Amino acid sequence: MTALTALIRRDIRIALRVGGGALIGVLFFLTVVVLMPFAIGPDLALLARLGPAILWLGALLASLLTLDRLFMADHDDGSLDLIAMSRTPLELSCAAKALAHWIAAGVPLIVATPVLGLLLNLDAGSTLAVALTLLVGTPALTFTGIIGAALAVTLHRGGLLLAVLVLPLSIPVLIFGVAASEAAISGPVSFGTPFSILAALSLVSFVVGPFAAAASLRHGLD
Amino acid sequence: MLSGLDFSVSSGQALAVTGANGSGKTSLLRTIAGHIALTGGSIDLEGGEPELTLAEQAHYLGHRDALKPALSVLENLSFWRDFLGGEISDAGQCLKLVGIEHARHLPAAYLSAGQRRRLSIARLLTVRRPIWLLDEPTSALDSAGQTLFANVTRDHLARGGVVVAATHAPLGLEAKELRIGGRT
Amino acid sequence: MTLTTTLTDLANPTRFLSLTARVLPWLTAATAILLAIGLYQSALAPDDYQQGATVKIMFIHVPNAWLSMFVWSVMSVAALGTLVWRHPLADVAAKAAAPIGAAFTFLALVTGSLWGRPMWGTYWEWDARLTSVLILFLMYLGLMALWRAVEDPSRAARAAAVLTLVGAINLPIIKFSVDWWNTLHQPASVFRMGGPTLDRSFLIPLLVMAVAFSLLFVTLHLAAMRNEILRRRVRSLQMMQASRQAA
Repeated sequence: MTALTALIRRDIRIALRVGGGALIGVLFFLTVVVLMPFAIGPDLALLARLGPAILWLGALLASLLTLDRLFMADHDDGSLDLIAMSRTPLELSCAAKALAHWIAAGVPLIVATPVLGLLLNLDAGSTLAVALTLLVGTPALTFTGIIGAALAVTLHRGGLLLAVLVLPLSIPVLIFGVAASEAAISGPVSFGTPFSILAALSLVSFVVGPFAAAASLRHGLD
Repeated sequence: MLSGLDFSVSSGQALAVTGANGSGKTSLLRTIAGHIALTGGSIDLEGGEPELTLAEQAHYLGHRDALKPALSVLENLSFWRDFLGGEISDAGQCLKLVGIEHARHLPAAYLSAGQRRRLSIARLLTVRRPIWLLDEPTSALDSAGQTLFANVTRDHLARGGVVVAATHAPLGLEAKELRIGGRT
Repeated sequence: MTLTTTLTDLANPTRFLSLTARVLPWLTAATAILLAIGLYQSALAPDDYQQGATVKIMFIHVPNAWLSMFVWSVMSVAALGTLVWRHPLADVAAKAAAPIGAAFTFLALVTGSLWGRPMWGTYWEWDARLTSVLILFLMYLGLMALWRAVEDPSRAARAAAVLTLVGAINLPIIKFSVDWWNTLHQPASVFRMGGPTLDRSFLIPLLVMAVAFSLLFVTLHLAAMRNEILRRRVRSLQMMQASRQAA
């Protein structure tokens, strides 16, 4: 357990220090959401209707953006070799890194949601619903995203390739995340149904993500 | 890439792997460390702890120093101590031993290449591992650093450790030599 | 040539530090007194016949909005100083100004949206002016992120200077957006052709507050520049410390 907490604490520290990417993710989220009305037009009623979708897309792109370097940085400086050789199973190390990434880069997105809800003319109840679905859904984005981040190490390419690999994987999360928020705002489906599926997706990703990432990292080291 | 190699190292012994650039010294070390899969043959460890694999009982010192520039020297070392686990000794003491104690609270970004190498050597000392796999361990080290490295390695061998080092420069200690790749 | 550069490098920040050490207490006192007078006068100002007491948000909102743009102009001059004249204090000034400018812009947005709630019935309206201030805020944050992303300040300085100058194009758009797009937002009413339309009982407190906030900026900026210079000294001392061989 000490090993995993040490890894989580190290990753969070690096994300918050100079050169770390934690807050840039929030800034990106903010920028994407601010850009939307320029494309859609400043119609407040329309923005309120599209609000949950805009927030979810923004969060999806922002969490993807910061995932890019998750394993690449450790690979480039040689840390990944040592992590793979250690007595901690690589699957658990991957899960710890994903958790650290979610705490440093995912939670700030959720904290920023109420402010952005204000910009999109969402009322307090709707904003709360979106924030709640993001809280439950963004771990799924991170934990499936690490598969792409691990593949990026294997293939020695990051950036856009990562986006192409990971975005299709996150479609179910997007569907049920937006469905749950809209169910809470306007109905007619009850909030519970899509929300439970969203939670289930997160739970499944906790298992699948680390195993797939570890498997691809094992083959990727050479 | 490498074939027809047959060698053994026993407890308390150092093996110096030599050969021209590109002859596969690094690949050999990485294969022993488990990063490259064997396509034939085997690497066996006699003795040691039975539940652990060879890689889990080994230290690997590669070309890259596995340091995070944003973290302080002590934070870097303490992380590896906590993460690698096992039998550990005091991180501050090890920093003193390798001669970078004065920089313990400074970001690792400020260290020179030689100091980064010294910090990596401190990692070998902080966590006890019987097998050391060292890739060009003395590169970037000044002469004082090379002496320090030789002393540290000698202590390790005296405690029954095993060292496999890929090297161009002489290690400064008694070592069995394994020459690979050359046709001479 | 190199000798003179080194000499100015050493001399200028040192002279700056000793000069500001003497000036800052006076500036702080002047700012505090003027802010107190301005706030007192604002509290005494009559309610607006249309807007009621909410009009008093103006006394905070307008100075902040002015400063949000003014700070960017200060940074643009500093950026020119970095790129053209290579003044050693220029990038210190630019870096120190960014968070302060971001804070003023943020306050302008917050007070604006609090003012907008009773006026428009919503906290946020995508009108041209508010939106361009929001973009200005994002640009401040981006600039701060740029400074934070690079550990060595002298390397970040040039990139930040270029970005600042490009961003300066945004300033006139904000200033004149009210005239360009006819929107819900109040038309500019202080500096308008044919003199101010604002009543004297509002105008005087507003001007006092504007001067007080400008002084506040100067005070904070000088203090932040001192911090930045000292931070860089600590950094180079640390690097010297790291390269020192163990005895």
